[in-house]
Amino acid sequence: MITTRATTRGAAAAVLGSAIALAAGTASAQQPAQSVKLGVVSFLTGPAAGPFGIPARNAAEILIEGLNTGKVPAPYNKVGFGGAKIESKIVDEAGSTAQQVTEYRNLVQRDGVDAIVGYISSGNCLAVTPVAEELKTITVLFDCGTPRIFEEAPRKYVFRATPHATMDSVGAARYIVEKKKNITAYSGINQNYAWGQDSWRDFVLAMKTLAPKATVDKELFPKLFAGEYGAEVSALLTSKSQVIHTSFWNGDLESFIFQSSARGLPQRIPIIMTAGETAVARLGPKMPDGTIIGARGSHGAFFSPDNELNRWFRQAYVDRFGVQPTYPSYHMAQSILGLKAAWEKAAAAKNDARPSVDEVIAAFEGLEFQAPSTTIKMALGKGHQGIGDISYGTYKYNKQKGQPEIVDVVRYPAECVNPPADMTSTAWLEGGMKGAKCK
Amino acid sequence: MTNRSTLIGALAFLVLAAAAPALPPWLISLATIAFAHALVVLGLVIMWRAGLVSFGQALYYAVGAYCVALVSRFTGITDAFVLIVLGGLAAGLLAVLVGFLLARYREIFFAMLSLAMSMILYGVLVKTEALGSTDGFNVAPATFLGYAPEGAMLNLALFWLVLVLSALAAAAIGVYFRSVAGAIAVPVRDNEIRIEFLGLSVNRLIHLKLVIAGILGGVGGALAAMTISHVDPNMAYWTTSGGFVFVTILAGAGSIAAAFVGSFAFEMLRSIAVALLPGAWQLILGSVLLITILFVPDGLGSLFMRKTRGKEGEPA
Repeated sequence: MITTRATTRGAAAAVLGSAIALAAGTASAQQPAQSVKLGVVSFLTGPAAGPFGIPARNAAEILIEGLNTGKVPAPYNKVGFGGAKIESKIVDEAGSTAQQVTEYRNLVQRDGVDAIVGYISSGNCLAVTPVAEELKTITVLFDCGTPRIFEEAPRKYVFRATPHATMDSVGAARYIVEKKKNITAYSGINQNYAWGQDSWRDFVLAMKTLAPKATVDKELFPKLFAGEYGAEVSALLTSKSQVIHTSFWNGDLESFIFQSSARGLPQRIPIIMTAGETAVARLGPKMPDGTIIGARGSHGAFFSPDNELNRWFRQAYVDRFGVQPTYPSYHMAQSILGLKAAWEKAAAAKNDARPSVDEVIAAFEGLEFQAPSTTIKMALGKGHQGIGDISYGTYKYNKQKGQPEIVDVVRYPAECVNPPADMTSTAWLEGGMKGAKCK
Repeated sequence: MTNRSTLIGALAFLVLAAAAPALPPWLISLATIAFAHALVVLGLVIMWRAGLVSFGQALYYAVGAYCVALVSRFTGITDAFVLIVLGGLAAGLLAVLVGFLLARYREIFFAMLSLAMSMILYGVLVKTEALGSTDGFNVAPATFLGYAPEGAMLNLALFWLVLVLSALAAAAIGVYFRSVAGAIAVPVRDNEIRIEFLGLSVNRLIHLKLVIAGILGGVGGALAAMTISHVDPNMAYWTTSGGFVFVTILAGAGSIAAAFVGSFAFEMLRSIAVALLPGAWQLILGSVLLITILFVPDGLGSLFMRKTRGKEGEPA
């Protein structure tokens, strides 16, 4: 008994000791003025880690390494941010919003980061936004979709280079109306949480404008991570829809594909998967032919254009991780590159001296910069929210080559699928998407 | 013994309150969340002593938090004192209602039924798209009787508020534990029939415990909502309840102070774990829980308790 008590006391002392060491160590570890300390937040554990979090972290890793060694092609060939090397600290996004807010404060106040790039979950993005404003720290949200961030209130320190989720649904609706001109009915199966609800709502609103005669047939909202869709597949099999919309991702998406394929649903009614791109490489021939795939942009192996920056990015990614980068990797890359572009624009204005936070913000607002897959214009939310192109295509497995292919790719320009600067996305969709420039 | 622990508690309170402005701001925020959660844990400790484990304490936590968020959103009232009273009352009232059902159940049935209650609220909140569904929404910064601090000062003010409420709650629960209704918790756990033969209604005793725990949960949730400045349905999810049970195991039901020490230790531990092993921090949390159960089955609080008892000559 005495030994156990001693051990536990020892353990307690060790925990306390390391806490103090952590506090003291970080307090005294002043960064050399040269480097830029960047906090990177992404899901490293939990269900969103596999499809989103890890590919994003991987992209951050190779990009930061590439930037620090000056290997990234022009216009990003300057070392780090304006010559200052990037020092990154990676934090897991899993856990409650309370935990994320605490960890955000730790990054800024304890670890002294200069800027933060991160957050996949829209809930986390909304939760850290007021804290970023309070702590006056530039924060680039990289993957979350909700348009609410910049529509609810103007933000000063928060940016998002990645277009918001309205674009995904509008692009999907445009592609369907273009490919199926006589569509009369469509159904949707989406997860019962904010992402699924918002995706479906925006899709229906866009369809009302683009195909006013088409009606909603089945509207299914199984719960998040249900994993079993027997009843839903039965319901969809009896529907007379010409297309099924889904914003499923990860395990739910794969389960739904397997369970619906076994019962011949995709062969009867094609499915449009707005976030399907992350699953394509994993599923290969198991992904049903004729499925319409989206990538929340023009990202990934199938949609991204052939340019020097993208070639470097893909090659570096494949060399390190052995797989193609998917859209979350591109979201991360364009967020870091956007921050770099703003940083260097601000630095250039003062003879390459280190810019202040306010100077970076001024340079970032309304900035237009080249990302690997598209040109990002910080057009919405008073110059804080980016817009970019989006592509959709139809899946086809090439049996000869043993490779997945995406055919019939259509790329929609940013102004065609995003609301104008002076409008919220819901108002724009409800008003019939006026002002969209598609050609 | 009682006088001495009260004295130590009062001293700790004064030292913390006085030292706060000198502490690093991230530690203040972490401690604010930890103590807000400690209030919820205190509620679990009350039930734990009577042999009840609630896997649905997040229900009251979320009700308190959403009460604050909704009232400040729709009425514009941002006064912390008003909001906390409202949050506590709303959760307490709900506890009175569900208590009529829950107080009749024990053991696993109690645990599962309380879990079900919290999951109903979770389901409703997820369905409510007007409130942002799973994304939740922001809470306006709190004010204090017309005083509207910003930034670091707001965090400090919230910390002091949490500290004062923690001290009040600790004192009140101390009085409750020494009262007949409170002291009878352990006998309830050991032999209910005997208590009934003493002429006391066990259901009513447990109902009271549920209401006290509910109010504490609501106040904890209200404070958390103001500190995080965001609410979302995950606050009612069973993993949140599980987190509170985790801290209760870590702290132990031995003393009131243990809930606060345990909750702070847990937040600190999680923060260190995230910093040390970004991809596997849960492993550290799990190992600590395992070690606690194996070597300190009565929680961190028992480390101090044993020492004092040992002095009194009780065989260890």
